[in-house]
Amino acid sequence: MNDKPEKLIDKKGLRLDGRKSDELRPVKLEVGVISNADGSAYIEQGKNKILAAVYGPREVHPKHLALQDRTVLKCRYHMAPFSVQERKSPAPSRREIELSKVIRESLEPAVFTEYYPRTMVDVFIEVLQADGGTRCASITAAALALADSGIPMRDLVVACAAGKVENTIVLDLMDTEDKVGSADVPVALMPNLNAVTLLQMDGILSREEFETAVNMALEGCKKIYAIQKEALKTKYMNISEEIKEEAEE
Amino acid sequence: MAQIITRVKQKQIAELIAKEKRLDGRDLPDYREMKIEQGIIERAEGSARILLGKTEVVVGIKIETGEPFPDTPNEGVLTVNAELTPIASPAFEPGPPGEESIEIARIVDRGIRESRAIDTEKLVIEPGKKVFIVFVDVYVLNHDGNLIDASALAAMAALLNTKMANYEIKEGEIKIKPGYEKLPIKRHPITVTVAKIGNKLVVDPLLEEEQVMDARISMAIDEDAHICAIQKGGSGYFEPNEVLEAAKMAETKAKEIRKKLNW
Repeated sequence: MNDKPEKLIDKKGLRLDGRKSDELRPVKLEVGVISNADGSAYIEQGKNKILAAVYGPREVHPKHLALQDRTVLKCRYHMAPFSVQERKSPAPSRREIELSKVIRESLEPAVFTEYYPRTMVDVFIEVLQADGGTRCASITAAALALADSGIPMRDLVVACAAGKVENTIVLDLMDTEDKVGSADVPVALMPNLNAVTLLQMDGILSREEFETAVNMALEGCKKIYAIQKEALKTKYMNISEEIKEEAEE
Repeated sequence: MAQIITRVKQKQIAELIAKEKRLDGRDLPDYREMKIEQGIIERAEGSARILLGKTEVVVGIKIETGEPFPDTPNEGVLTVNAELTPIASPAFEPGPPGEESIEIARIVDRGIRESRAIDTEKLVIEPGKKVFIVFVDVYVLNHDGNLIDASALAAMAALLNTKMANYEIKEGEIKIKPGYEKLPIKRHPITVTVAKIGNKLVVDPLLEEEQVMDARISMAIDEDAHICAIQKGGSGYFEPNEVLEAAKMAETKAKEIRKKLNW
């Protein structure tokens, strides 16, 4: 089991994994990783390993859920049984049902749902390994998967958390910090529209601390956004290079 | 099943709010009339009913004994469940809890848990083996908007009204003694929901206002004006400055409600 470390922040102000208070964990993003899906993305953030895949627009199932003026955006956040220290039952927990809802609501403002009436779009998220901040990493990957599927979007959505650990506001909490720390504030942002599409918090913060945490999380979002854009470009750069090579042969 | 609201009504609400007025004549940062009654269910260890305008929620508390969670052997257990009974709205159907009721239950749970409202360390009978489990059951009886605040307030009122049986341990067995003790409550979180309609922020949205709102933010505020839990909901967004404005509104409203309820 996890032993509680004595100090989460050392004398130099460095955290358990050597990060500064406003430093992100290494983020790796890849687009187009599931060949069967209409769009997909993979994210590694710290030890988080998460896959997101989009299927649709496709026929609504069950049929009575169809909407006449827009597509039905569905979202399923799911953790693999082996993704955490103690095996998680594969049946959806109440936490997973809640997260599926808030993740869907964080993505929906970015999607032109009115372009595809009487259809549905499925967003499936599988957490293969969890290391704190899975809902944020899931949103970052799911937005990329949506973009990869070619569904028109107003903006990308990118998410990052800030929190409070031993009286310091820190960015991008890892598992231990999340469990032992005193507050966690996940935030999702549409960076070009400057719109917050997910906001949650647990723990105890004064309004000033909350403001600092939100601003820090927003800065984190903007940094991840740069990586997100790069990942999207990379996929299509690779495709165009492949085409060029083929043409040369 | 989503409820349908006519375009005319949607337009009317949006136009009113843009002029800083509301369907029922309230100002934007006003709550509806609030009535709380405690101890309405004698069979329950604690109970309360809230009327928030026409929204009605009953919360019953039952206390049982059971095993603590392995990672918190020295704490009692809190369990919150919410039922959107089919009595309460044409949109509610019988069946297992859907995402809406799970979300309400988890917001109520987070407010109570994160503010450390219940002194769970006092609910231990035998560390690691036997503790009291506090079951908070939220029962929505009529839905006219803002179920989150109504449920959270009723849950707190019911917990404040909860009595636990006295007991003693004889040869490893729990023996109930006559008399009652109050459930140990340390903090009194108050949850305030702010809805965004157009570019305006309102508190305590009516059902019809919820049907046209862009999004909502619920914040649980404790007696030190600290925020202990937040949940954004709805398929719209807030601008960062609106988030901070909502936090200020929630702080002010929580203070007012706290004064009125004397919590």
